[in-house]
Amino acid sequence: MPLSQVQEGARTVLKAIDGGHELRGRLAALGLLPGTELEVIRNSGHGPFVIAVKGSRVVIGRGMASRIEVELGQP
Amino acid sequence: MTDTLEKTITVAVAGNPNSGKTTIFNRLTGARQHVGNYPGVTVEWKEGSVRRGDWRLKLYDLPGTYSLTAFSDEELVARDFLLNHRPDVVVDVVDASNLERNLFLTTELLEIGLPVVLVLNMSDVARDSGHRIDTHLLARRLGVPVVAAVGNKGQGLEDLIEAVTEVAISGTSLPGPADLCREAGPATEALAHLSTHSGGLRPDYGPVAERHLKRIAALLPTGESARWRTIKLLERDNAVLEEIPDPEVRREILHIAEEFAGQADKGATDTVLAASRYEFITKLCDGVLRRDKQDGPSVSDRIDRWTMHPVWGVPIFLGLMYGVFTLTFGLGNPVMDLLDRGFTALGGLISGLWPAGGTSPLRSLLVDGVIGGVGGVVVFVPNIVLLFLAIAVLEGTGYMARAAFVMDRFMSKVGLHGKSFIPLLIGFGCTVPAIMATRTLESRRDRLITIMVLPLMSCGARLPIYALMIPAFFPSHLQGPVLWIIYVTGIVLALVGARLLRATLFKGENTPFVMELPPYRLPTVDSLLVQMWTRAWLYVKKAGTVILGAAIILWFLTVYPKPPADYVVPAGFDKTTISSETQFSQLQDPAQIQSAELSYSIAGRVGRVLETVLRPLGFDWRIGTALVGAVAAKEVFVAQMGIVFAVGEVDETSDVLRHRLRERYAPLVGFCIMLFTLISTPCIATFAITRQETGSLKWAIAQNLGLTLLAWVVTFIAFHGGTMLGLGGT
Repeated sequence: MPLSQVQEGARTVLKAIDGGHELRGRLAALGLLPGTELEVIRNSGHGPFVIAVKGSRVVIGRGMASRIEVELGQP
Repeated sequence: MTDTLEKTITVAVAGNPNSGKTTIFNRLTGARQHVGNYPGVTVEWKEGSVRRGDWRLKLYDLPGTYSLTAFSDEELVARDFLLNHRPDVVVDVVDASNLERNLFLTTELLEIGLPVVLVLNMSDVARDSGHRIDTHLLARRLGVPVVAAVGNKGQGLEDLIEAVTEVAISGTSLPGPADLCREAGPATEALAHLSTHSGGLRPDYGPVAERHLKRIAALLPTGESARWRTIKLLERDNAVLEEIPDPEVRREILHIAEEFAGQADKGATDTVLAASRYEFITKLCDGVLRRDKQDGPSVSDRIDRWTMHPVWGVPIFLGLMYGVFTLTFGLGNPVMDLLDRGFTALGGLISGLWPAGGTSPLRSLLVDGVIGGVGGVVVFVPNIVLLFLAIAVLEGTGYMARAAFVMDRFMSKVGLHGKSFIPLLIGFGCTVPAIMATRTLESRRDRLITIMVLPLMSCGARLPIYALMIPAFFPSHLQGPVLWIIYVTGIVLALVGARLLRATLFKGENTPFVMELPPYRLPTVDSLLVQMWTRAWLYVKKAGTVILGAAIILWFLTVYPKPPADYVVPAGFDKTTISSETQFSQLQDPAQIQSAELSYSIAGRVGRVLETVLRPLGFDWRIGTALVGAVAAKEVFVAQMGIVFAVGEVDETSDVLRHRLRERYAPLVGFCIMLFTLISTPCIATFAITRQETGSLKWAIAQNLGLTLLAWVVTFIAFHGGTMLGLGGT
């Protein structure tokens, strides 16, 4: 399921990112790459997301979040 | 002869954004630093130095980056410096409480092959939140010195300087291989399969990747940073690829990289190497990093519940912004008035050096040109300094990222990110620092759009124009609403303009909004002051030199050529002052003389030429002439109007001038003047800063022409629409 549909507080594992070479590279440097655990800290239904990844908090735009495929659960 | 004995060590300070890199740099160098820009790009660049005995450490603060890919100007600048300047030592500042993510950049720095000293910054915060780090084990595994430090308290910095000098003397950061073997404990044995690269552990990318890396390496000359280059080539890094002169070799390498991408797991072709780096880091940290406490909601998380609240987030943000403006203008304006009086006094003092009544071009140049022009910029310095201080506080505490989060909901509707809102807001104060503040936007496209529409946010220098015009034409109950309409028109045009630019010139998908949310921190006073001072000084230096030049040119335009004695001032030249044809030499009233001189000058002639273009907007040559002056700085418009209407020295509170204006123009024209000065031709300082920040004259010219055209169209519609509605009468 896309990250944009995940409820606040849920733990997920990143499966794939729908984006180009550059975007994937940028996200990887921030710790977002397939197999990483993501926790949704804030999703108020509109506006950007806050997720916890590798010990840091990252803001992700709603449009971006719909392009990140995740799976519920822990790795 | 100490200079010849002194040895210099060049040190690059690298690290992630929010790792406290700049705090450490400021602590080390104090005020002995210099801010500049890398040529071509607008990445801020600082250097400073420290002396220790015979050694001088020359430090370069590299831009904060998460990796050394080629995705942003910051990253390109950082890697260009490391590869081409080859500093003697790289100080890698990592946030100890976020070790694993921060070590990602470290792996790249190690692969570049320069001696590295690792700084575990904010180690007090890490300890308090239950992170225990075995620095000795980490140092042994990586084969580099590791120093625990607390940047904002200055702890560990002497150790750091010592480690840097030692590394520079030995020319390598690696302890002897024997050392490493001797110290190797059971945990290191677990890492035995990782490649041991000249003494320290380095990432191993697995048999498939390593085989491809070998094939690429065989095509390249061996040399400095060969390993790093090879890895970047396998990642299909364009900038590294372009450095290879032989197109044949380039094709071959690209072929190998694509073959490798084809073999990797589907969906992960771009990140397979990054994944290997993280695997390496996980193994590296095994036994090095222990967590005593489980991560519960931190203090930052608790504050964020309010500042990022879907309902309360916006009012909190607006309240803070109100505070920023009250501080900037409330505290700044008294100082500004004082400076203004100081410059006026200085002008009077210099004027007094010449005999009274006489005319001297030199006096006029010094008093009206230089002091008037430079003074006009310098009086804004208190406001700018305070604004930069407020920004430094918002950035230093980490609130800026929250503001961007809160505003993203609204800004995304016009195709921009929340981050663009901050510069737009600063634009109400002054466009120049606002354009400088767009440096926080990563996407060049977002930056250009924001810069282009920024002058539409009505800056403080336009206020004197409104303060003159509104009471001249509107009864007191309409004054507030008219001012409000002017400001709102600017905001609406800026947003619509951004949307249009986004849909036309800057088409394409939305740049993904991704931003790290740093934990809240208490910034140190000296780091705030250093940041405020370096930025304000940049403003004074850049805008000051440009304004001085422009002021002298504009002074010349409004003063020369002088009318000859037999110049016949045309009848009806100004009904209110000169009733019939008069010879210039017969004019008595100094205000009339000044007015006739201005009309004869280049600016006056330009004003007359402009009249043909401005006529459809209801403007005459007088307004045209005053608009020429407004190019230097918007508030000059008021002074110029005073001269064309021959009422002598005026400011925005001049009732004589208001009376003259009311006689000549309808309120609708008064409104149109405000509208036109709001939208048209940004001042010369804005032009200069746009040129500097966009790196090209093209954008500065486009901004000027575009806004002036927009001003004409909007004012035309307002004038004719208003006339049709019967608002054109007096």
